[in-house]
Amino acid sequence: MSIKLEHIHYIYEADTAFPVHATDDVSLEIQDGEFIALIGHTGSGKSTLIQHMNGLIRPTSGVIYYNGKNIADEDFSMKELRSKVGLVFQYPEHQLFEIDVFADVCFGPKNLGLPKEEIEQRAKDALKMVGMDESYYTQSPFELSGGQKRRVAIAGVLAMKPEVLILDEPTAGLDPRGRDEILDQIAELHKKSHMTIILVSHSMEDVARYAQRLIVMNKGKVVFDAAPAEVFRQYKQLEAIGLAAPQVTYIAHALKEHGFEINTDVTTIEEAKQEILHAWRKRGC
Amino acid sequence: MLRDITIGQYYAVESRIHRLDPRVKLMGTLIYIISLFIAKGIVGYVVAGLFLGVIIRISKVPLRYMMRGLKSIIFILLLSVSFNIFLTEGTVLVQIGFLHITKEGLILAAWMAVRLVFLILGSTVMTLTTTPNNLTDGLEKGLGFLKKIHVPVHEMSMMMSIALRFIPILIEETDKIMKAQMARGADFETGTIIQKVKAMVPLLVPLFVSAFRRASDLAMAMEARCYHGGEGRTKMKPLCYRKQDLAAYSILVLYLVSVVVLRFI
Amino acid sequence: MNLIKVAKLIFEYTKYGEEGEVVGTSRAIDNVSFDIQKGSFVAVLGHNGSGKSTLAKHLNAILLPTEGTVWIGEDDTKNMDALWDIRQRAGMVFQNPDNQIIANVVEEDVAFGPENIGVPTRDIWTRVDESLKAVGMTAYRKKSPNKLSGGQKQRVAIAGVMAMKPDCIILDEPTAMLDPHGRQDVIRTIHELNRQEGITIILITHYMEEVIDADRVIVMDEGKIKMDGTPKEIFSQVEQLKKYRLDVPQVTELAYELKKEGIPLDDGILTIEELVNGLCQ
Repeated sequence: MSIKLEHIHYIYEADTAFPVHATDDVSLEIQDGEFIALIGHTGSGKSTLIQHMNGLIRPTSGVIYYNGKNIADEDFSMKELRSKVGLVFQYPEHQLFEIDVFADVCFGPKNLGLPKEEIEQRAKDALKMVGMDESYYTQSPFELSGGQKRRVAIAGVLAMKPEVLILDEPTAGLDPRGRDEILDQIAELHKKSHMTIILVSHSMEDVARYAQRLIVMNKGKVVFDAAPAEVFRQYKQLEAIGLAAPQVTYIAHALKEHGFEINTDVTTIEEAKQEILHAWRKRGC
Repeated sequence: MLRDITIGQYYAVESRIHRLDPRVKLMGTLIYIISLFIAKGIVGYVVAGLFLGVIIRISKVPLRYMMRGLKSIIFILLLSVSFNIFLTEGTVLVQIGFLHITKEGLILAAWMAVRLVFLILGSTVMTLTTTPNNLTDGLEKGLGFLKKIHVPVHEMSMMMSIALRFIPILIEETDKIMKAQMARGADFETGTIIQKVKAMVPLLVPLFVSAFRRASDLAMAMEARCYHGGEGRTKMKPLCYRKQDLAAYSILVLYLVSVVVLRFI
Repeated sequence: MNLIKVAKLIFEYTKYGEEGEVVGTSRAIDNVSFDIQKGSFVAVLGHNGSGKSTLAKHLNAILLPTEGTVWIGEDDTKNMDALWDIRQRAGMVFQNPDNQIIANVVEEDVAFGPENIGVPTRDIWTRVDESLKAVGMTAYRKKSPNKLSGGQKQRVAIAGVMAMKPDCIILDEPTAMLDPHGRQDVIRTIHELNRQEGITIILITHYMEEVIDADRVIVMDEGKIKMDGTPKEIFSQVEQLKKYRLDVPQVTELAYELKKEGIPLDDGILTIEELVNGLCQ
């Protein structure tokens, strides 16, 4: 399974005096089973980019291949693409509408025209995958807490059995615990179901903890595409485009300046702890 | 897609018409519409046309831009013209089957077309040169006398101005909801009418829920900022007539009088 | 001097069943008492559903206590005669930037509050000028709010409150819907207002990095005040905070972990500098 983008340009208001290049010559390839984080501040083009991946937006120019097939081809099924590349938008309030949680999760598979038993089985599986047990099935989705709404929204997309799951800032507005719970759940989906994950985020700390590959966008262009530690090494360039490395990266650099023998490629608290303990003990004080 | 819709077609340039008090422009539009029904004969319409032409010129809005407003009424225009051409009795000029075209019909249709075009252009001048806010203010103040008979003028204009603020937000939201549902395989484009109506449910429910939520949030925010109706409220930009507004009124009266006079001589 | 005094505040709301019948009451705030000093910067922390937003809405009489009393200055919020006075003195900024801007032009929105309390036209203009300047939004005064970013909209909302010349501003999760940039902007703005204009700030949030510079932090859980102290005091109790579904900045957590491993460090380290100094001694 792969998604391949070649020279994607997306220009809106092209007929006015101020055309906006939401994506500007983006080329990427996403392989099966990757956990990718997509980062960039508001207006960097990351939302536009992910909507290209499941055909919600057609590029002004450029080609998108899904499993080697051009998605702009006449005989390419958009419906299938949208079920294979699941996209969960930022606010669950934008998709929850049914009378109860279970019916809402059934909406996706129902649109695929599956038999009733299959629909219900998929809904049950999807809800289980996000950790919502049967006691929630008959509740109204509008009465759930913020974190639970988000789970149901993710289940609604998972029920379509996607191979790639794209999540647009799934933790916005959640409290710290709620944030960790959702992210852990996503990490588990990646591990257990071998789903390809693309996580759009604002938080470098979150990204460092989960992603294997980090794509940084600025002004419609991809500026970095590498492993998190490698990207954070360029923290000065990140700052220049209004982003920053996680706090631990800065701690490591500050310690190094003060003579600690420490690997500055640390990206998580756990890594930093090990490095510092090691250096501390070596100093023998 | 949806974001192409623009609400309030204000054309932002500086002109003497733009600077007029909105009440003058509201009243002016009314007077102009009345004048179109009074005017009679070629001279009357020439005067009305000249008057409109001069106003458009002063407003600095390009004529082509102005004409856009006519596109939306082209159907009504054609319909009323053809009704007049084919259904007026009189001297028959051409006979096609059971349809006949009369001399009187042609004349009537021509007048009708001119009248409609003038009417639309006349009111377009107002909407193009007045910001929606200004228009709301003008209506509130201009219709202030209705308060005496307990018409909630302030509340109505407040609602209009809030609606103006939230329409673009809700349009954007509709776009997002549509995409979120399309990502779950929803289909808004194909199918029979019944299927299409049914397909709207997943769009409308989240939209309504959100609109109600916004309304309740906004009400709370307004209360927190001491809003308690129009009673005792002052204004940052109160409307007050200036010299040019009075001059504009005089011109309007002059114009109306001349149209009336032209009708009877 | 105390600006706000809350004594034994209890707030209960009624729960309704599917048919609209009463199925019981729920206690959102449970016997809370505290004072807030004039000119201070107080952060209220708590997870979603801890009662912090309900508490905020009591501070300008949007909600009234079921039991207990809230005083703003000399006025009891239950005193309906003082209602507009209380709301003018204790201004409020809400979470969603779109749902609190009323007018279609920035400057007219800032004028909304003063218009409501009957400030004469000329004074409205001075107040609007000053407020927009205080939040750094003067350049955008003629713009439509729809053209602004989230952080800019929140600053407009803050200017709208400033134009009412309040003693204190209560901000109910003002950054929850913003990106990191907007968040920083808003936090910087309220710190400036606190320092330069002497406005008392009550910031309700669940982002830990926003409370580091506060004078005082109050932690809420299950409608009760669980912790109350300086940021240093609060952040030295990492385990406790995690119990309340909260978090600490990375540097604080790292220092805490290192200390557990036997490295001698102070409690409640809040900045990189403190940690580096601690390790390099």
